[in-house]
Amino acid sequence: MALIVFRGGFRTNHLLLRRTFLFSARRDSSLLCTIQQHHQRSRYNVRAESLQATESKTSSKSIQMATKELVEKKTRGYEAIIGIETHVQLSTITKAFCSCPYTYGSQPNTTICPICMGLPGTLPVLNSKVVEFAVRLGLALNCELSVASKFDRKQYFYPDLPKGYQISQFDIPIARKGYVDVDLPVEFGGGHRRFGITRVHMEEDAGKLLHSESESYSQVDLNRAGVPLLEIVSEPDMRSGIEAAEYAAELQRLVRYLGVSNGNMQEGSLRCDVNVSVRPIGQLEFGTKVEIKNMNSFSAMNRAIDYEISRQIQLHNKGQVDQIVQETRLWDEGTQKTFTMRKKEGLADYRYFPEPDLPEVVLTKDFIDQIRQSLPELPEEKRRRYENLGLSMQDVLFLANDSSVADFFDATLENGADVKLAANWIMGDIAAYMKNEKLSINELKLTPQELSELIASIKNGTISGKIGKEILTELISKGGTVKQLIEEKDLVQIVDPAAIEALVDKVIAANPKQLQQYRAGKTKLQGFFAGQVMKESKGKANPVLLNKILAEKLNCPS
Amino acid sequence: MPFPIQNPRLLLTPRHLPFPPNPISLPPKPFLRPLSSAPSPSPQTLDAIPSSSPPPPPSSSSSILSIRESLLSRRTKAAELAAEYLDRLRRAEPRVRSFLHVSDAAMREAEDVDRRVERGEEVGPLAGVLVGVKDNICTADMPSTGGSRILEGYRPAFDATAVRRLREAGAIVIGKTNLDEFGMGSTTERSGFQVTTNPWDSSRVPGGSSGGSAAAVSSRQCVASLGSDTGGSVRQPASFCGVVGLKPTYGRVSRFGLMAYASSLDVIGCFGSSVVDAAIILSAIAGHDRLDATSSKHEVPDYASLLVSLDFLDSKPLKGLKIGVIQETLGDGVDGGVISSVRSAASHLEQLGALVTEVSLPSFSLGLPAYYILASSEASSNLSRYDGVRYGKQAAAEELSFLYGDSRANGLGHEVKMRILMGTYALSAGYYDAYYKRAQQSCR
Repeated sequence: MALIVFRGGFRTNHLLLRRTFLFSARRDSSLLCTIQQHHQRSRYNVRAESLQATESKTSSKSIQMATKELVEKKTRGYEAIIGIETHVQLSTITKAFCSCPYTYGSQPNTTICPICMGLPGTLPVLNSKVVEFAVRLGLALNCELSVASKFDRKQYFYPDLPKGYQISQFDIPIARKGYVDVDLPVEFGGGHRRFGITRVHMEEDAGKLLHSESESYSQVDLNRAGVPLLEIVSEPDMRSGIEAAEYAAELQRLVRYLGVSNGNMQEGSLRCDVNVSVRPIGQLEFGTKVEIKNMNSFSAMNRAIDYEISRQIQLHNKGQVDQIVQETRLWDEGTQKTFTMRKKEGLADYRYFPEPDLPEVVLTKDFIDQIRQSLPELPEEKRRRYENLGLSMQDVLFLANDSSVADFFDATLENGADVKLAANWIMGDIAAYMKNEKLSINELKLTPQELSELIASIKNGTISGKIGKEILTELISKGGTVKQLIEEKDLVQIVDPAAIEALVDKVIAANPKQLQQYRAGKTKLQGFFAGQVMKESKGKANPVLLNKILAEKLNCPS
Repeated sequence: MPFPIQNPRLLLTPRHLPFPPNPISLPPKPFLRPLSSAPSPSPQTLDAIPSSSPPPPPSSSSSILSIRESLLSRRTKAAELAAEYLDRLRRAEPRVRSFLHVSDAAMREAEDVDRRVERGEEVGPLAGVLVGVKDNICTADMPSTGGSRILEGYRPAFDATAVRRLREAGAIVIGKTNLDEFGMGSTTERSGFQVTTNPWDSSRVPGGSSGGSAAAVSSRQCVASLGSDTGGSVRQPASFCGVVGLKPTYGRVSRFGLMAYASSLDVIGCFGSSVVDAAIILSAIAGHDRLDATSSKHEVPDYASLLVSLDFLDSKPLKGLKIGVIQETLGDGVDGGVISSVRSAASHLEQLGALVTEVSLPSFSLGLPAYYILASSEASSNLSRYDGVRYGKQAAAEELSFLYGDSRANGLGHEVKMRILMGTYALSAGYYDAYYKRAQQSCR
């Protein structure tokens, strides 16, 4: 993933070779210098557009590594401090303080009632599931739970906030001082990181404003008002875009594993706001922090943060530190830049005070213990366990990313399959099928038992690997058992040397011209013969035996 | 709103009233005709009384009980009763002006009651009883303005729990009564719509903020009424209008449907022409409500059955009861007439056998300032929702801030604006600890 910087309207890419194309000399001479130093190393011409596609697993490892070095070189002398505030929409059946349901995409103002509309005379009553989910997440984030917490009113005026205040938690959040362990993707250098969690608290969501095309009026949709949220505030521990993106991805993994949210950034059930500041290495005080909003994917987060870091460093380098002001900037996916949303006119005063309509939230030890016992194996635990099984980090990260994939994998192992082979099948053919057909692993007709059976059949030589692949497709799409399919289609591998020899003889006899060519020196034709034998045997010939016998026959005419 | 020192009304007969009982506007009390000597208790109070305690109060002491008796014995029809009250309401209104809205369904509901009685069906304990409801308590079929122009024409989508319970008991809501805007005031002069006068003397105020409810019962425009009390708004107008006003303990009655003023202080209370009536209404509306997380889960006793009639008490019924009189309430700044009223009430209690001692409560002086800070702070928050965006009067404006500003400037009254400003100030950054937090602590 490359850094993209915009100057004077040019969309430029650091990895472009032609330095004459880059910046106009009157600005950014420092950056130009850096680029000049690096153009020898960056031999790749990657188009900017491709980076706007989804997670770029297609770029080769070396590009990312080169980028990483480039980034490090660019930020030399400076350190970026990144903190993230994440809002997670909880998948409770009803809203936080009333009994309205919530479904993303409903017709406007159809899932509302007097309470979430804030009609005069209405009062909030806490949905206990919200507390349960908060405790689940707090425990999963290794936090200290507040045994007695309370709600507070956060007051401001805006049309999507029906009561004129948001019920939130201010000074006593339900969970504090936790941490999350992540593994950085292998393509970005890998490595473990631990990021601190400052607090987790419960609050309600606001409605949505829909602005008309003409901008002459706006409409208020209160469907979302009152939906329960958990706000997770991280310590400013992240140092780069990729660390931030991985932190957010881990939070998504966690909330999905725990079943507290579907964690969809596109639907808005997982929202991240990022705070970025830079400081020269060695300086103790933090630099001015800038908030960035409007990133709709992890890769957007990554790019936005990296852009903002370089923007700030440049201002530092030009001696214009004071131009970095505390403000909110929006990420523009189109131009791949951050721009000012509005200059902050001082800090907002939310006039917090304790919510008088709701009693204290008290957690008993039994309640907490019960929830702790019901926690599933969390992603971090799974990753460590898979690592101990001997899998590579790449495999570990893939398998542990989705809990249903992990469960499938675990079930396959339980049936006796070899670890590495099971991993390969799942990450290879099965994942490809899922991607093509846009299915989840649970929607496939293939069962873990059958996968295990398939692996065993190949291992013990009953069928060849190639046949195995064919059967797999059928098992995935139509189901059935391995044994059944082998029988039906007569797929048992031919391992009898005599039988293979017969086939080889047949093929050689049928292709005298090629034989002659082979004997004359075109040894590459062995592949041709092998292919023909395979065809004759309907793919059942054991490849190893086949090639051995074929080679003998071809080389020693008799 | 000064802390009211209420005369205990349970044992006082009407001749202790400060004003001469000679108002031309006051109609004769129709149901205090002498009845047969044997007290005929109403069905609902019998069950709760253990055999050892004296019999319940006779219907003569309660309008509600008399009405029930009359209806069940077929001596009166609910429709007749409703017609009579409505007539009296209309005749008194030009002078008293206690109602902001009169129900057009009252006669129909009364006729329903009659049909059920006719058929021998069960009717609730408040069947046929005409009740006024303060306009800051939501009623689904009638406008509820909270006494404010910003809610002019607003009709809630639901009944307040207290109203729902009254209706389930068979009561007929005759109309919505006038109040100081959103409960802020102590004279009802701060209503956004009209001024209610004291039925005993139209040059005087009925008190507030539940002035309309108190005046309505006092002038017999309805049998009983609901009000709300945050800093005396049921007790004080009751005293001014010469009726019984009951402020229940916070949490006893659900606040769901009461337009919030100060959430940690507001309660719904009731007015009646007798203590028994107030007790019956309280029993009907009290109790835990799942829509109000601050409502109490304690059982609701049958309050009326716990009352003992004068006739069954000996000469020193309060023997053994210790009563304290707070010194600081009789000190500087208190009107001479008030001091002598309190002292005479204290000596009356002594005559009845109580032990009355003066006690000092040094933090008492903090009470009023603490109240003002807490109430204003919570009010500033509770009234944020009145912005004209979703309901109520919206001012036309080009920009959002003006839409909010103009709607609220035009719709809200002076007193309300003042309290919102005070409350906003008290909660603002840097001042929360100095004001709100300290006020909370002084309350404990």
